[in-house]
Amino acid sequence: MEYVNIFVRSIFVDNMIFAYFLGMCSYLAVSKNVKTANGLGLAVIFVLLCTLPLNYLLNKFVLQPGALSWLGESFADVDLSFLSFIIFIAVIAAFVQLVEMIVEKFLPSLYSSLGIFLPLIAVNCAILGGSLFMQQKDFANVGESAVYALGSGIGWYLAIVCLAAIREKLSYSNVPAPLKGTGITFITVGLMGIAFMIFMGIQL
Amino acid sequence: MANFKETLLNPILKGNPITVLVLGICSSLAVTVQLKGACVMALSVIAVTGLSSLVVSLLRNTIPNRVRIIVQLVVVAMMVILVDQVLKAFAYAVDKQLSVYIGLIITNCIVMGRIEAFALGSKPIPSLIDGLANGLGYGLILIIVAFFRELLGSGTLFGFQVLPAGYVPNNFVILPPFALILLGCIIWAHRAFDKELQEK
Repeated sequence: MEYVNIFVRSIFVDNMIFAYFLGMCSYLAVSKNVKTANGLGLAVIFVLLCTLPLNYLLNKFVLQPGALSWLGESFADVDLSFLSFIIFIAVIAAFVQLVEMIVEKFLPSLYSSLGIFLPLIAVNCAILGGSLFMQQKDFANVGESAVYALGSGIGWYLAIVCLAAIREKLSYSNVPAPLKGTGITFITVGLMGIAFMIFMGIQL
Repeated sequence: MANFKETLLNPILKGNPITVLVLGICSSLAVTVQLKGACVMALSVIAVTGLSSLVVSLLRNTIPNRVRIIVQLVVVAMMVILVDQVLKAFAYAVDKQLSVYIGLIITNCIVMGRIEAFALGSKPIPSLIDGLANGLGYGLILIIVAFFRELLGSGTLFGFQVLPAGYVPNNFVILPPFALILLGCIIWAHRAFDKELQEK
């Protein structure tokens, strides 16, 4: 039951875009049409799903105060939590580089459709944000952190595909000149955010 | 010296990182419920963009091109850890309130964007100024948004009551979607003034 709760909450209630504004830069830049938005969204889900459990394990067994006690008594009071930013981002950057190389070697067709977005993902706030929220939320086991990763990835994916669909239609409408492009996109995202707020307080 | 002035002023008005380049939105909106948090966030970002542009510019001839993203991320992460530790030591309450958003300065697109676009190909001092100026341009928008959100949302500024006591706080202003709509309106106003920036 806990899994379902985390899953639903991370998609709708704690949506990465509408509740925390994470990954906004690429969200706004790559949402001009549905096809590319789809590709980036899937890549984000994948990278989140792989890096977040990895960072969870690192946090649990290396970084947390007292996490190194499995090495022996004398390590019990070591606190490396100040290193978490650099470790998390290193894991994410290294992983993204690795995925890029693997996909390029074995799945050239996927690479050509995703290729440009993969390096972008290393600096997508949603990925690092996921890891930092995971650290704050203090999940009980790896499974919960993986479910959280999947949920927030799907939430991000939904948000970007919805916005891309709206922006495709928006290009036919008559928007005041200073508001064109970025301005109207922000207001659209704001309105979508209001719609997503109906999910607030859902508890399963 | 004209060049110096341009490097300093351009990112604040004509090439503002938020309203024109649309970079660094991620962390900018969540911390703008109160002016105090927004000011601390703005100062942190100014420090990080300035210092990391300086360091990357000093290292620019030794960084191999293929692994430059990782090197840049490490430099930026180091600066963010420094800022975070300073905040934890001297302003613990604000650091708690900003929670993960201090850490997210690492992936703030402004920092990486300026390093890629400017610091990698420029001398240290101009890079430092460019970094600081972009931080300032970001901070300016942050403070404008926070001003309206705190004023309308709680009737206070920096925690002091400003509007008369009978004012009923507008709770919608505190919610995340309002920040996006407000930012959309700021962009609208900015582009209505400066017609060159309008998109076709």
